[in-house]
Amino acid sequence: MRDTPETAALPPAFAAWFRARGWMPNAHQLALLAHYGDALLIAPTGSGKTLAGFLPSLVDLAATPRTGLHTLYVSPLKALANDIGRNLSQPVTDLGLNLRIEDRTGDTGASTRARQRVDPPHILLTTPESLALMLSYPEAPGLFSGLQRVVIDEIHALAESRRGDQLMLGLARLRALSPGVRALGLSATVDDPQALAGLMGPAGRPVPVLHAAPGPPPDIAMLETDAPPPWAGAGGRYAVRDVLRAVAQARCTLIFINTRAQAELFFQALWAENADNLPIGLHHGSLSRAARAKVEAAMVAGELRAVVATGSLDLGIDWGAVDLVIQVGAPKNVKRLVQRIGRSNHAGTAPSRARIVPANRFEVIECAAALQAVAESDLDGDPRPSAPLDVLCQHILLLACAGPFDADRLFSELRQAGPYARLSRAAFDACMDFCATGGYALRAYDRWQQLMRRDGLWQLRDPRRARDIRMNVGTIVEPSMLKVRSRNAHLGEVEEAFAATLAPGDTFLIGGQTVRYDRLREAVVQVTPQPSRAPLIAVFSGLKMAMSTQLAGRVHAILGDPARWSVLPAHTADWLEMQRRVSALPEPGTLLAETFARGGRWYLALYGFAGRNANQTLGLLVSRRMEAAGLGPLGFVATDYALLIWSLDPVSDPAALIDRAGLEEGFDEWLGNNAVMKRTFRAVATVAGLIRPNLPGARKSGKQATFSSDILYDTLRRFDPDHLLLRITRAEADRGLVDFGRIGAMLDTLPRLHHVRAPHVTPLAAPLLLEAGRVPVTGSGQQRLIEEEAARLMAEAGLDAPPRDQA
Amino acid sequence: MNDTRHCRLAFHGATLLARADGALHWPEQDALIVADLHLGKPERLARRGGALIPPYGDAETLARLSRALAETGAARVIVLGDGFDDTKARLAAQDTDRLVHMLARHEWLWIAGNHDPVLPAPGGGAPMAVLRDLALGPLFLRHVAMAGAGPDVSGHFHPAVRLAGARRPAFMIGAQHLILPAFGAYTGGLDGADPVLAALVPQGRAVLTGPQAVVVPWPLPTKRKRGQAAL
Repeated sequence: MRDTPETAALPPAFAAWFRARGWMPNAHQLALLAHYGDALLIAPTGSGKTLAGFLPSLVDLAATPRTGLHTLYVSPLKALANDIGRNLSQPVTDLGLNLRIEDRTGDTGASTRARQRVDPPHILLTTPESLALMLSYPEAPGLFSGLQRVVIDEIHALAESRRGDQLMLGLARLRALSPGVRALGLSATVDDPQALAGLMGPAGRPVPVLHAAPGPPPDIAMLETDAPPPWAGAGGRYAVRDVLRAVAQARCTLIFINTRAQAELFFQALWAENADNLPIGLHHGSLSRAARAKVEAAMVAGELRAVVATGSLDLGIDWGAVDLVIQVGAPKNVKRLVQRIGRSNHAGTAPSRARIVPANRFEVIECAAALQAVAESDLDGDPRPSAPLDVLCQHILLLACAGPFDADRLFSELRQAGPYARLSRAAFDACMDFCATGGYALRAYDRWQQLMRRDGLWQLRDPRRARDIRMNVGTIVEPSMLKVRSRNAHLGEVEEAFAATLAPGDTFLIGGQTVRYDRLREAVVQVTPQPSRAPLIAVFSGLKMAMSTQLAGRVHAILGDPARWSVLPAHTADWLEMQRRVSALPEPGTLLAETFARGGRWYLALYGFAGRNANQTLGLLVSRRMEAAGLGPLGFVATDYALLIWSLDPVSDPAALIDRAGLEEGFDEWLGNNAVMKRTFRAVATVAGLIRPNLPGARKSGKQATFSSDILYDTLRRFDPDHLLLRITRAEADRGLVDFGRIGAMLDTLPRLHHVRAPHVTPLAAPLLLEAGRVPVTGSGQQRLIEEEAARLMAEAGLDAPPRDQA
Repeated sequence: MNDTRHCRLAFHGATLLARADGALHWPEQDALIVADLHLGKPERLARRGGALIPPYGDAETLARLSRALAETGAARVIVLGDGFDDTKARLAAQDTDRLVHMLARHEWLWIAGNHDPVLPAPGGGAPMAVLRDLALGPLFLRHVAMAGAGPDVSGHFHPAVRLAGARRPAFMIGAQHLILPAFGAYTGGLDGADPVLAALVPQGRAVLTGPQAVVVPWPLPTKRKRGQAAL
C-alpha cells in the first residue's frame, strides 16, 4: 500500500487540517476510518498508527457531539498515556472539537479517579491495571454502557505477558457492558498476526487484520570494532571506543544492553573513555523515577547524544531525533531486535540504522543469525502461555468487588475473552472455589468464605475486603525492591535478594556511580558515594533473557555447516575451523557431547542450544544423576548454547545421563524443593490474591508483617499437593525459568548424540570455562555453607563453638 | 540422647539445649520450652476478612512440637506466651484432637502473651489456666524480656538472623536475656539487629535454627572487620 491522496474519505474539516500541516493521511489511516467493527492494525513504528487509532473516534465525535465516555485507550506504559494526551490535544484544538481527554493511571489522584467514575471524559487514556480497577467499581456498568471504541496500543507487547490476559478479560467485560463496542489493536510487526487477532477477537475468533505499508528495509550490520570480541563475557566493554566513535558520528543514539548491571558497567566504561565529553545518559528500571524522568526530558529537549538503556526504553515516547540504535550483546530474540531497530528514525521515511555489538565469540554467530533473520523478516514467536488461572482468579475477585454476579453468566463471559475461549467449566469451578473458600482439601473456612452465595448470586462476604483486593491489582510480580539512599538523595532501587548479600563496606554501582553499602535501615539501603573506587559488585541482575528457539535453530545451523561461515568474521570462522579439526561440529539434528580432562577434573560439554534457562535446569538434573552414579560432580555453568559440567570422574556414556525417562523422573523429584519453584509460587499466589504484598503500613516495621510464601508453599505441598495454586505453579515452571518443556523439545529435534572424547579442552568448550555464573553442586547445599561461615566467624572472634549436645 | 543437631548453652547456671527446631530443652527441669506457637492464626485471618491462607500451619506446628516432645521425652511443656493467635482461636477438628491428646500426656504451663491473655478451651470444657510469669530454678520465664528483671527466658519478638544469604529464626542469647525464636509455622521474624532487640541483646551469641542449630557471635562481625581479624 502506498500513501494515497484520497482525502475525500475524510470529513472536510479533517482534510483541511491534514492539508494545513502539509500531511497526507496514510492509506491505513483511511482504511481504518472506512472499516466498521473490530480490527488489528499491523504497522512499523513511526508510521502514525496512534493517530490512525484515534481518527475514527475524532471524526465520530466531531459529527455527533455527545457526553459520556466514547473511547478508551489502553497502553502498556503510563508515560505513553500521558504522551498521547499531549499529542491529541493539538488536532482537537485545531479542529475546534469540544472534547475532554484525560488519563487515568496509577499516578492519577484519588479525587480525580472518583470524579471520572461518575463524570467521565470523552476519551480516557489508561493501562490494563487501571482498567481492571475501573471494572471493579459498582459504577462500571454506567460508566462503560455507552462506550463506542477501545484502542489497544502496543498490543504485541501486552500479548507477550499476563498483562495481555488480564486486558482481554477486561475487554470481554467491556463487550458485555456495551455490546456495540469496537476494539482496535495497534501492533508492531509480529510473526503471527492471526494469533494476535485471535487473542483480541470475541471468543477467540480472529478480528480482521490490516497491514500498513512496511517502511524501507533497515540499514543494520555488526559494528566494526578495532579488536575482536573476547572469548567469554557479556558486557561488550571491549567495544567502548568503537561505540563512542559511532555516537560521535550520529545525531542521537540509543544504546540497548540486556541487563541493568551490564548497562551500569557499560555506561561507566563509556564515560571513562569519553574524552570529548559527549552528553550521554543512563536509563534503566532500577533508577529512581526522578532520575529516569530527567534523562527522558533531556532526550526530548535534544540535549543528549546517547542514552544507555535496557528494556525500559523498548516501548515509549516517540523520539524523532534518534538516528542510530546500537544493540550491545546478542539480541536473544529477533522480534525484540526489530522493535529496537525501529526506535531509530521514528519519522518513518528514512531507513532505520542499527549496529549490533556481539559480546563474545558465540554471540558473533548469534548476531550473524539474527541479521539473516531480520533480512528475511523471519520473526520468532515462542508460544505464549495460554489462559493462566491465577490471572482469572484475580479477575473474578475484582468483579466481585463491583457487585453480585451469576456464576453461569460469568463463565460464558469469560469464554468471550480470546485467551480463555477454551476455558473448561471444571477449571472455572476450581477458580471459583479458590476465590470463595481457598480451595483447600481441608474445608477450614466454610464459615469465613471470601465469596458467599446469596439469592443465587456470588458476592464478597465482607465488602471491606474490596480495598485489599483492589490494592493488589496486577499480574506482573516484581521481585521485592529496596530503595537506595545516600544521605537524603534517592538513587534508585535494588532487589531485596541482592541487598541481602551485601556486607557493610561492599561497593557496588548504581546510577553510574560507585557507592559503599553502610547499613539497611527501615527497608532502605543506606550508602555513601565512593567516587574514586572501582566497584566490587555490580550484580543486581534484572532479567536474563533466554535465546528464542527460532534464533537458536539458526545459530545451530550456521555452526554445523562450514558452507554458511561466509557470514562470519574471519576470527570466528577460524575458531570454528579449529573446532572441526580438534573435535567435531554440532551438526543439525545432532546433540554434540564432548568429554575431556583438565587440571585434575573431568569435563562434559553438551551443545543443546536450548536457551539459558533450560540448560540450567538440565545442569541441575544431569549433575544430580552424576551424583547418584558416584561421578562426583563439582559444578556446572549454563549458557544459551551449551552446558558444561565438571566432576572428579569422567562420564563414559553421556546418552545414559540424558535419556528422557530418567530426566523426567529426576525432574518431578527435584521440582518440589527448588528455589525457582518457590519464586514461581510466590508470583502465582500473589496474582491469585493469596498473598497481598500491598497492605497499608506493611513495610513500616522491621518485623515481617506476614510469613514468607516459602512456608505456605511447603505446607501446601505436604498437606494439599493437588491444590489449584500448586497446579498453576507446575504449569508455569514448565515454561519460564525452569523451561523443562524446552529440554524435551531439544531431545526431539536433536535425536542423535555424537560423543567426542577430546584429548584436551576443545575450541568451543574453552569459552565456557571462562563463563561467569557457575553453579556449585553441593550435597547438602546451603546448610554446609552456613556451618562453614559460622565456624569461621567463631574462630575469628576467638570463640570456641560450644560442644554439641552431650547431655 | 546424644543428638548433635542441637546446641548446648550455659545460662546463669542452667544447662540448656537450643534445639534445631526452635524449642529450648531444659533437661534438669524435664521441660521443653517453646514460644509463639500462634495456633489458630489462619482461622483468625480468615475470620477478620483477610486472605484464606493454607489452613495447615497448626498441623505443621503441632507435628513439630510432638516430634520434639518424643525426642526429648520431656514431661513438661512451657509455652512462653502467644501459644494461641487470639482468645477466640478455633482449630480444625483434627488439630484440636491432636492438641487435646498432647495436653493429656504432658504437664502444660501456659504463660500469657499479648495475643492470648486468656486461653481458649480446646475440645470444650473450662479454659486453661494461664500464668503471668514463672520463676524456675535461677531463671524467670515470661513472654516479653524485661530489662533489669533478668535473667529471663522469653519469646514475643520472633527473632531471625541472616547468614550466608539465608534468613533463619534464631535464639538470641545475651548477658541477661535469652530470647526464643517463634515455634509456630506461620510466623514472621524480626531481624536480630533491630534496635528493640539490640537493646535487649547488645552482645552475645545467636543460634540459628534449621536442619542443624548453628551458633554465631552476636552481633555478626562486618566483612571489613573480618578481613582485619584475618590479618
